[in-house]
Amino acid sequence: MSDFAFYQPGSALPSEGAEPRTPYRIPHRGGVANPSAAAIQQRVPGTGYRVEVVWGETTVYIPADKVLDVCRFLHDDPSQRYEYLCDVTAVEYRDASRPIEVVWHIRSLAHRRFLRLKVELTKGTELKVPSVWSVWRGADWLERECYDMFGIKFEGHPDLRRILMWEGYKEGFPLRKDFPLRGRFSRSEQLKQALAANPEARYSMDELTIADAYGDVPDEMRKRLAGGEKVGE
Amino acid sequence: MGITHASYNPESHENWFTTRLDVVANNVVNWGRANSLWPMPFGTACCAIEFMATAASRFDLARFGMERMSFSPRQADLLICAGRVPFKLAPIIRRIWQQMPQPKWAISMGACASSGGMFDNYAVVQGIDTIIPVDVYVPGCPPRPEGLIYGIMMLQKKVMNERMSDNTLRREMAPDPESKLYIPPDAIDELSEPFGNSVHQTRQAP
Repeated sequence: MSDFAFYQPGSALPSEGAEPRTPYRIPHRGGVANPSAAAIQQRVPGTGYRVEVVWGETTVYIPADKVLDVCRFLHDDPSQRYEYLCDVTAVEYRDASRPIEVVWHIRSLAHRRFLRLKVELTKGTELKVPSVWSVWRGADWLERECYDMFGIKFEGHPDLRRILMWEGYKEGFPLRKDFPLRGRFSRSEQLKQALAANPEARYSMDELTIADAYGDVPDEMRKRLAGGEKVGE
Repeated sequence: MGITHASYNPESHENWFTTRLDVVANNVVNWGRANSLWPMPFGTACCAIEFMATAASRFDLARFGMERMSFSPRQADLLICAGRVPFKLAPIIRRIWQQMPQPKWAISMGACASSGGMFDNYAVVQGIDTIIPVDVYVPGCPPRPEGLIYGIMMLQKKVMNERMSDNTLRREMAPDPESKLYIPPDAIDELSEPFGNSVHQTRQAP
């Protein structure tokens, strides 16, 4: 417990004290792992797996190239049935040596299991992982948000662009540790760029194509589209 | 800008008859305007909840002639910005303001709309007066309905004191064509200078 050093949150003076470090002796570590963790390593063989149990929740660290295989197995296999993707996010620790982690939270409603998958990406290299959009369609916006905030590229995502910040936001990725809280530009410059943005320029190519073809679609489909329904995938 | 202030001098003996008429007409028109302000609610956060309470039966904004919320800027007199405005909303509130016909007024409700409040970060506008001209600032986080009503009554007083002959009042301001800003960039930087404890959060990357 003595390693649980407390650092003043928000103190950004770099000269203050020692280099900040994330506490690593977490209490309530260990316990019975989710049986899916063993099943993954059995069905998708490979090196680089690591299993951690903290507070009764299982985290499986998987190699980046196995993400799609693991997710496909967890989603499709009748013994797993992880049909609900709760969240896709990322973690960057303040310790310079620790890698950036991409996190998937998945839940199996049928078996009442919760599993956390993590991929570690070394800082300084290109941050990319395979997209799980082909497994869970709900990953679409979650991955866009993760890209917007952390700059992680999800390969195979159908339409990877910013979702919270506007198109053409030039300051970088706000949740990265090297991003200053107030942004990189001065307030007037930020305002100038924000006011220059067109609030309506946020549609995907897909949506624009539908708008172009609106006159050509059958009446029944036009009625559905006018009601706010998106057509196709 | 080259704005010439209309010479209005009620003590002047010349034209005193027309001047008196002007005062009467002013009073009638201003009375009408001040007591039928149609607000355009621009609620983005918790201040909007207080705004809804203000409009509801207990505080009853209808007593001030505002029972009709104008959800279209073209039929609105008063923009009430309730809540924080992120940079992504800046062009939208600017457009709504420009779509409102003259005469028009703006109330900035709450700490966030007035100054950015506690959100001194990369995403939030540091006061909507950097985007649109504001008439009354209502402090509070969020302000109680009484606070908003007090701000509205202050605005009504302001409306009552306006003069039709003053052509500087109801002139549509054009933003600087290059920067799209109403006030100079260095003034914005100075206004949104961090204060207090937060000056330690420097703009440079740590």
